[in-house]
Amino acid sequence: MKKQVKQNIAFGIFRGLSLIVVGILFWILGFIIYQGCGVISWEFLTTAPTEGMTAGGIFPAIVGTLCLILGSSVIAFPIGILSAVYTSEYAGNGFWIKFIRVMTNNLGGIPSIVFGLFGMALFVRTLGFGDSIIAGSFTLGLLTLPLVIRTTEEALKAIPDTFRHSSLALGATKWQTIQRIILPMAFPNIITGLILSIGRVSGETAPILFTVAAYFLPQLPHSIYDQVMALPYHLYVIAVSGTDLEATRPLAYGTALVLIVIVLIINLIASFLRKKLQKYHA
Amino acid sequence: MRKFFEKIIEFILTISGATTSIVILLIVVFLFKEGSGFFTHPEIENGYALCVNAGNPVNRLTPFQIKEIFDYEIEDWQAVGGNEAEIVPFRFDEIFSRYSDEELGEEYEFLPEKLGEVIRETPGIVAFLPMQYIPKDQPGVKMLPGENLHPADFFGGKEWLPTTTPAPQFGLLPLLLGTLWVAFFAILIALPLGLGVAIYLSELAGERMRNILKPTIELLAGIPSVIYGFFGLVVIVPFIQKTLNLPVGETAFAGSLILAIMALPTIITVAEDAMRNTPSTLREASLGLGANHWQTICRVVIPYSMSGISAAVILGIGRVVGETMAVLMVTGNAAVMPHSLFEPIRTIPATIAAELGEAPTGGAHYQALFLLGCILFLITMLVSISAEWISKKQAHKKGF
Repeated sequence: MKKQVKQNIAFGIFRGLSLIVVGILFWILGFIIYQGCGVISWEFLTTAPTEGMTAGGIFPAIVGTLCLILGSSVIAFPIGILSAVYTSEYAGNGFWIKFIRVMTNNLGGIPSIVFGLFGMALFVRTLGFGDSIIAGSFTLGLLTLPLVIRTTEEALKAIPDTFRHSSLALGATKWQTIQRIILPMAFPNIITGLILSIGRVSGETAPILFTVAAYFLPQLPHSIYDQVMALPYHLYVIAVSGTDLEATRPLAYGTALVLIVIVLIINLIASFLRKKLQKYHA
Repeated sequence: MRKFFEKIIEFILTISGATTSIVILLIVVFLFKEGSGFFTHPEIENGYALCVNAGNPVNRLTPFQIKEIFDYEIEDWQAVGGNEAEIVPFRFDEIFSRYSDEELGEEYEFLPEKLGEVIRETPGIVAFLPMQYIPKDQPGVKMLPGENLHPADFFGGKEWLPTTTPAPQFGLLPLLLGTLWVAFFAILIALPLGLGVAIYLSELAGERMRNILKPTIELLAGIPSVIYGFFGLVVIVPFIQKTLNLPVGETAFAGSLILAIMALPTIITVAEDAMRNTPSTLREASLGLGANHWQTICRVVIPYSMSGISAAVILGIGRVVGETMAVLMVTGNAAVMPHSLFEPIRTIPATIAAELGEAPTGGAHYQALFLLGCILFLITMLVSISAEWISKKQAHKKGF
């Protein structure tokens, strides 16, 4: 009987730990939502910060983050998808493909601050883009590349080989098969990965510190060579460097809430799509 | 025509396939180019030099010794390999309190001469002077040959004071140890928690519970680090300060707690994957021998998935070591050697993030930060490669 007791104790502990983890998430979310929801108003979302960032809204930061999402998507999506098509459809099983896989994994493990350093050295200085949307987009795009590649590869692998064989047997070339059969079939799964990478981009702070983010810039960007404010960096700035903490704290809660809501929505869309697809495939 | 088109497509795809490798190559090139430039900078501030009395046998002072001398911590020449005599540190501006403007000349043309006079008359002097006013040719003055920053002083240095004069201190140790210190305790907290959840998910949870837990964990991984930092700053830091009665709440402990939460998703997912891969034959054999579920988990599932669990820990370390924003916001950023969990500390990524904006481009400080980036890069590469190696071992095991 003793081992039964041990088992009950152990399993009880594991249940408790799992509850704690769920609890932590709800604690963080609940806290930010509770503190932030009073601050959110139409005005907060659509005006620029004023009075040394102790009043006003976060409109330029929202626009900046959208610019960066768009810019990094333009870079990461095509390259990432093509790269995944190559590794899963074209490259055989030799040394080269293993090398690429290892490199992609390694790139995914590099800390975001190192991407920031690299982006500053290459895009801001060497290529002379300066602190700009284009420099930040390149940096963020490269940062999410491994994520895009990995999810696309998984999506492509999920397509049964019978489809490839039938298409090839009908006389289609390899690229025609990929273009007309494989990619459309894998499309919904690929989209899930792309959405998750957008979620990653919208929250990253370290890579944009030295490549694009502006401390305070009330006007909106005019070209891709302009600096922008960005939500995560703005949150960092008003959270730590405000001279008047009493006045800026509510704004920080509001900014954090907007950021969390964006990330939540992105994650919800992604998991909704995935669930729908699982049913579709079954 | 069609074949030609296919060839072009394949070529484009091959290029895209190589992108990640090229990016890594570029990162290595740019990081290490700037980082290695660090060792070509002089030890003391650019454009300055140190002079001593010609009778002084000392020919070399390390950056640390120079700093200690000008901080009045080292007061005798004997401590740095000279004769027994008191050290008199002399900064350039002091000359203006010793001589009037007329004595120094309208264009400061007599300045080097007067400096030479001071050095000649003070046997224990060490003067920190701009290159242009150095009394080079005067008798009784010896200029210390300025050496470049030395790898030994960087890798073995115990102080990080990149903006002090005359000799900035670029010591890696406090930052490296700070990073490892925070990471170690983060993993110590996250490991039991993560392992427990992983066991629950792979062995005990029903379909419904999994459907709640899995998205929760994904969401934890998806929350931006700056939000974790902010949460830590407004909730955990004041809490630690109050309950433990500390002068400041921004401590290594706050950093470890936040990082533990951030490492959880990685640890849980990887460890759970490994446990789920335990062959059912092994499980059934154990149950068939009369072991109950818990015994099976302890003696069969966990030992079998040990390499997967180690990969989880290693990847968790990788996540934690490179984390920037959250650590920057909650650890207090004091670049000191870590002594306890309840004091401020500073990590490598936080240092880069906090100082790169202020460091003049191309200077020693700027390149020192790139060198820190190189070290961070090497650490995470090591982490990725060892995790890869371990999971390969796990994959081989499946065969039996």
